[in-house]
Amino acid sequence: MTNPEPIVRLEDLHKTYWTGAVSVEALRGINLDIRPGEYVSIMGPSGCGKSTLLNLLGCLDRPTTGRYLLGGQDVSQLDDDLLSEIRGTRLGFVFQSYNLVQQLTVLENIEVPLYYQGWPEDRSRAVAEKLASRVGLDSRFHHRPNELSGGQQQRVAIARALVNDPLVILADEPTGNLDSVSGADILAVFDDLNQAGKTLIMVTHDEEIAHRATRIVRFRDGQIEKDVTLREPPYQAPADRAAATA
Amino acid sequence: MSPDLHPSQLWQQVTTATHRPPVGWRLALTRFQRIIRLGLKSIWIHRLRSLLTVLGIVFGVCSVIAMLAIGEGASYEAQEQIKSLGSQNIILRSVKPPEDEKASANRNMVLDYGLNYPDIRRIQMTIPGVTVVVPGRIIREYIWNITRNVDAEVVGTVPWYPQMRNHRVARGRFMNEMEMDDMASVCVLGQEIAARLFPWQSPLGKSVRVGSTYYRVIGVMEARGRQSKPGDSSSGAQATAVDQMFIPLTTAKMRFGETIFKQRSGSREAEKVALHEVTVKVAEREQVVPVSRAIQELLERNHKKKDFTMTVPLEMLKQSERTKQIFNIVLGSIAAISLLVGGIGIMNIMLASVTERTREIGIRRALGAKRRDITVQFLVETVMLSATGGIIGVVLGISIPFFVTLFAGMVTIVTLWSPLIAFTISAAIGVVFGLYPALRAANMDPVEALRHE
Repeated sequence: MTNPEPIVRLEDLHKTYWTGAVSVEALRGINLDIRPGEYVSIMGPSGCGKSTLLNLLGCLDRPTTGRYLLGGQDVSQLDDDLLSEIRGTRLGFVFQSYNLVQQLTVLENIEVPLYYQGWPEDRSRAVAEKLASRVGLDSRFHHRPNELSGGQQQRVAIARALVNDPLVILADEPTGNLDSVSGADILAVFDDLNQAGKTLIMVTHDEEIAHRATRIVRFRDGQIEKDVTLREPPYQAPADRAAATA
Repeated sequence: MSPDLHPSQLWQQVTTATHRPPVGWRLALTRFQRIIRLGLKSIWIHRLRSLLTVLGIVFGVCSVIAMLAIGEGASYEAQEQIKSLGSQNIILRSVKPPEDEKASANRNMVLDYGLNYPDIRRIQMTIPGVTVVVPGRIIREYIWNITRNVDAEVVGTVPWYPQMRNHRVARGRFMNEMEMDDMASVCVLGQEIAARLFPWQSPLGKSVRVGSTYYRVIGVMEARGRQSKPGDSSSGAQATAVDQMFIPLTTAKMRFGETIFKQRSGSREAEKVALHEVTVKVAEREQVVPVSRAIQELLERNHKKKDFTMTVPLEMLKQSERTKQIFNIVLGSIAAISLLVGGIGIMNIMLASVTERTREIGIRRALGAKRRDITVQFLVETVMLSATGGIIGVVLGISIPFFVTLFAGMVTIVTLWSPLIAFTISAAIGVVFGLYPALRAANMDPVEALRHE
């Protein structure tokens, strides 16, 4: 095998919404493989189905037909509890509007995914502290989201997305609510993450931002219009390198 | 971000932390602790709202405990009074017959009515099961110690009166058979009389004066039930006597005779009453009611005028227990209604809170919370809210009877079970009325919830 196992594999994925008598086909047969270490931008006009795709990739929703393999495991028809577990252990989310819990402090927000996995408090606190320092929030451990700037809030969200060591980090317009300076800051963090071998999938409108990724997938009317790999992913997991040299 | 680290090491170092979650009951315990802390936090954040929300529960619980305590105290007092009359006793009293009968009797100026010695003999001879009969004469008189006096009832009675009426002697002794036979001038004072006539010394061995006769004090009775308050006696001639003083029946008969003259607002009245009060003791408790019926019939045959009353403490006791039961049922329904209203209030706020926190629910779901986690979170919050209300209610409910006793002088009894039950019910209300909002929160579509503004 020359190519490493894909970390995300979509096979003929369909998603249809029924609103009363009218049915809307949001996704019409998506086939997509994403390998570990890739940084994928998903682009397309609004209504093209990219939000639907992100919901499916995030296990927040189930496809109508088709298969979705995440890390080799078919998650397309799991029940609600198992999907929750997948979200909590294998996925990280970064949202456009940060989506932090307002009544929790920075550290507590970062700990939320570990809390639902039953981590002991001292251990999850230690991990959260390390991650918060890494994203440059040393002095703000016990601040609440409303005491932070947008850029800082998004850093908290990134730390939270990393805390459970996910297979894939999903980002939905992560710089959409930020000014250009803090936006660039966040994108730099993303670059770092990708350098370190993290697999990232990012939905964006902005061509310039999209080109920082290693690959761009363009959508139109619920189908993939164009899929371009810009460059090789910068980092390959040791197992993959071993497979490549073998 | 530290520039001295190679990018590839930057994140790896942190995220490969070994992950070994605790198992079994320890997991459940730590999780529960954290859920409680989370609940406390969100209650604390909206403390005014939380307080207003639980006010219904607070008032419900508080009023139930306070009312139960006051009711319990009142019925305890009533039952104590009834018990002091003796549950095996039947008490007969002479009463003045109605006015129209009096007119005809007025011709000879002396009103002759009431129970007499033949009545007692008839009761003892004809009705089985009657063990002891205590006759009594009651004369309203002033009792004097030098210059101090009290308006009291002088009761002529027999030596076995204390055992019969559950009224014990506190100091000294009661009269004996010999003093009865000798028509001795001895007396036993009620506790209140003793306190008023002899405030600084022991009355034992001293003398008191009634009319022109002196009586030697041989004993003092125990205080009995609720004393009529001193303030009451200001309302004139009809005021209740302060207390009772006991003398031998024979002495009473000799000193006061059977005819009593009264002078009131110009008119002169004479009454001839042989016995004012007769206590009949029945051997078996079960016989009390039938015997009372028999006595009623027997006396009615010989008394054309309705000049006596009959009191059966046992029936009064049963009556008071029934009253208490009704009281408890009424109280229970009031409590149920107020707790229901309180519960609805809590449900209302929790539903609003669920809507308000839709986004938070979406976030938690996206980060791995199962439906069960969300349900538990909201349920625990509701239960903590209502239980907090319950605790506040219990504290208020216990302190209110305390102040009622302090300021109104009423007896109140806070039973152990009433706060316990009230608290348990208020916590249960949290479960019942929290379940629907919690399930509603848990069943939200995470995608929709995340999109919620």
